[in-house]
Amino acid sequence: MKTRQDLNKIREENLKQIKLLDDTKYRVVVGMASCGLAANADLTYDAIEKEIKERNLQNITLTSVGCIGECALEPIVEVYDKDNNRYTYCSVNERKAKEIVNKHLEQGEIIYRYLIDNYKLLIDEDGNKYEAPKYQYRIALKNCGIINPTKIDQYIGLDGYKALEKVLFEMTPEEVIDVVTKSGLRGRGGGGFPTGLKWKFTAANKGGQSFVICNADEGDPGAFMDRAVLEGDPHAVIEAMIICGYAISASQGYVYIRAEYPLAVERLQHAIKNAYEYGFLGENILGSNFNFDLEIRLGAGAFVCGEETALIASIEGERGMPRNKPPYPASSGLWGRPTVINNVETFANVAQIILKGADWFKSIGTEKAAGTKVFALGGKIKNTGLLEVPMGTTLREVIYDIGGGLPNNKRFKAVQTGGPSGGILTEAELDTPIDYDNLIAKGSMMGSGGMIVMDEDNCMVDIAKFYLEFTVEESCGKCTPCRDGNLRMLEILNKITAGKGTMQDLEDLRELALMIKDTSLCALGQSAPNPVLSTLDKFYDEYLEHVVNKRCPAGVCRDIAKLVITDHCIGCGKCLRNCPVNAISGHVKQRHIIDLNICVACGTCKPACPVNAIISV
Amino acid sequence: MGKIVITKEKELLLRKKIREHKQKSGPLMPSLHDAQEIFGCIPLEVQKIISEELKISVSKINGVVTFYSRFSLEPKGKHVIGVCLGTACYVKGSQAVLDEICNTLQIKVGETTKDELFSVEATRCVGACGLAPVFTIDGKVYGHATVQSAAKELRRIIDWETGTHEN
Repeated sequence: MKTRQDLNKIREENLKQIKLLDDTKYRVVVGMASCGLAANADLTYDAIEKEIKERNLQNITLTSVGCIGECALEPIVEVYDKDNNRYTYCSVNERKAKEIVNKHLEQGEIIYRYLIDNYKLLIDEDGNKYEAPKYQYRIALKNCGIINPTKIDQYIGLDGYKALEKVLFEMTPEEVIDVVTKSGLRGRGGGGFPTGLKWKFTAANKGGQSFVICNADEGDPGAFMDRAVLEGDPHAVIEAMIICGYAISASQGYVYIRAEYPLAVERLQHAIKNAYEYGFLGENILGSNFNFDLEIRLGAGAFVCGEETALIASIEGERGMPRNKPPYPASSGLWGRPTVINNVETFANVAQIILKGADWFKSIGTEKAAGTKVFALGGKIKNTGLLEVPMGTTLREVIYDIGGGLPNNKRFKAVQTGGPSGGILTEAELDTPIDYDNLIAKGSMMGSGGMIVMDEDNCMVDIAKFYLEFTVEESCGKCTPCRDGNLRMLEILNKITAGKGTMQDLEDLRELALMIKDTSLCALGQSAPNPVLSTLDKFYDEYLEHVVNKRCPAGVCRDIAKLVITDHCIGCGKCLRNCPVNAISGHVKQRHIIDLNICVACGTCKPACPVNAIISV
Repeated sequence: MGKIVITKEKELLLRKKIREHKQKSGPLMPSLHDAQEIFGCIPLEVQKIISEELKISVSKINGVVTFYSRFSLEPKGKHVIGVCLGTACYVKGSQAVLDEICNTLQIKVGETTKDELFSVEATRCVGACGLAPVFTIDGKVYGHATVQSAAKELRRIIDWETGTHEN
């Protein structure tokens, strides 16, 4: 248990270390979240540690941190120096790691060719300093990639648990709710419900046990914002949950987290243990008369449990099925008690809002959507990764300025947002400023933050089918429109992609989609038809090609796709070597040929071709 | 399909864990997670143990077990291969990788080979979208997968299992 004086001391000492205000010469961090570890960042870390030791270098701190955000370039090593410069080295294997220690840390010589080059970072070869990327603004990810997530002291060093102190000793619960309400913070899990109002409604039912739940059941395939926050800065979520507990008079919290994120679970467990030891959790927090306990509950692989009433059922030990609302969890949630459920990213904003005030938060973003949003940018994009931008940033800025555009000179076709609940946005819609309402108006939704870029090689009918397969599998089976309706839609899509569709099928598809949207019980069912509807609206031509001409223009749908090699072929043989069924033949420097009798149209050869000579007819 | 053996030791461990969970509200899910971890699956025999401890009917427990994809009724193979079919991986061709693995092992997704060495799963997003497409073998993530790289890794394990290596 720490006193407030202890905290001030820890804060001062760690801030000095992190900002290199003590005698530290360099601060070296290695990104070791899931992405980094999958790219063997642990080996990189060990190599640096060993090399520093062997060379007997002094005054260098080496720290493992969470997600730095440039997932495609892992392992990433960053070097901070006394002049506040930050050098980001990418794809650092053991050999490069040793070189960085030798040249940069020992001799002070920056190795420019290993530095990140895809967004203008701080310094160039001539020593000119650049502005940091103008679009990114980190609030929820403030500490990710900066602090060691397993060291509570480092979190405290960067104003950690300061908001909690302020709340406990200077504010009433009503004042806390008031600040959060005025800030304009809305739910980041996709719903967009005003967070302050949610707290207010729940607080109105206080008297007896209330609960705070953090929804970390990040199920949207292709999204990993919550994972990054929990792996990189778990205390930000814990602190916010305690603050929420204080505001609504709850003494028990649960984090419901996917079991598929073992590292996030581990770091969160560790962080909760530390928070208890320091007296941020438990009884009489920091000497106040407020008590709050926090527990982890593991999800078990059911997408529908991201829906709040299903999540509550799951914690209670039931099948994760949603129920009708109202009553809303604010009046009758976990075990029938008033409950606040917020998403990870929503919570990650709270401490900053308390510290810096509602007006500060409102000044970022747009009028109807204050603050920032974290996106997981993936698919056919150069700089796959995690980014946080102010609301109102356009899709084009995200995809081209931050994401670096599409690789291999491919043409942009669409971007999918909102996962299985969202829709497709086209080239014409790229200048749309991102916020909750704008994207819904364009037939998609912001969702939890997954953003998947697709190029000309992706078939939109196939993509609709992909999402529907997901929803069909994840439908809990409680209500008929979702359970049976989505299956019928999938059958129709299977027919179309097999080249057996009719014009009547297209009409049926739309009618079914609208019916399911109107009549399903929960958000999963209501939004399941969105990928179908938005592709029908925006890529109707592609559906027609499948139905009328029995042809898949992108060459994806195997039953009807035919791949051929055009005379752009330079005879490099890459396609031949990549073909899993040996359907391609040809001599070096001569045009190759695909044997359509053998070809299974898997499409493996297409991305392998350096000159885009393989097309579907 | 191989049957699992419920040793006294494992049973006692599970009972001990369940009794810990009983101290708190909503003990069923944490108990099931432990059961899955201890036995590798939650067949009827294990459900009966949980039922005894928690005084919840086996029918209800079975209902919960079969609802969640994380829990299984049958044991999995020695090596579990998962190919991510999350969106980021899918648009970058993970289906072809999955097909290749299934072809090589001559099983379908969700099945286990006759020799009980391999199970193949189409997994949900593992959160390593930056490395898409990815597949996992026994929890280790392999990024930037191609049909070739998957085949190579698989071959390595098959060789290891069938080759001269012992243990």
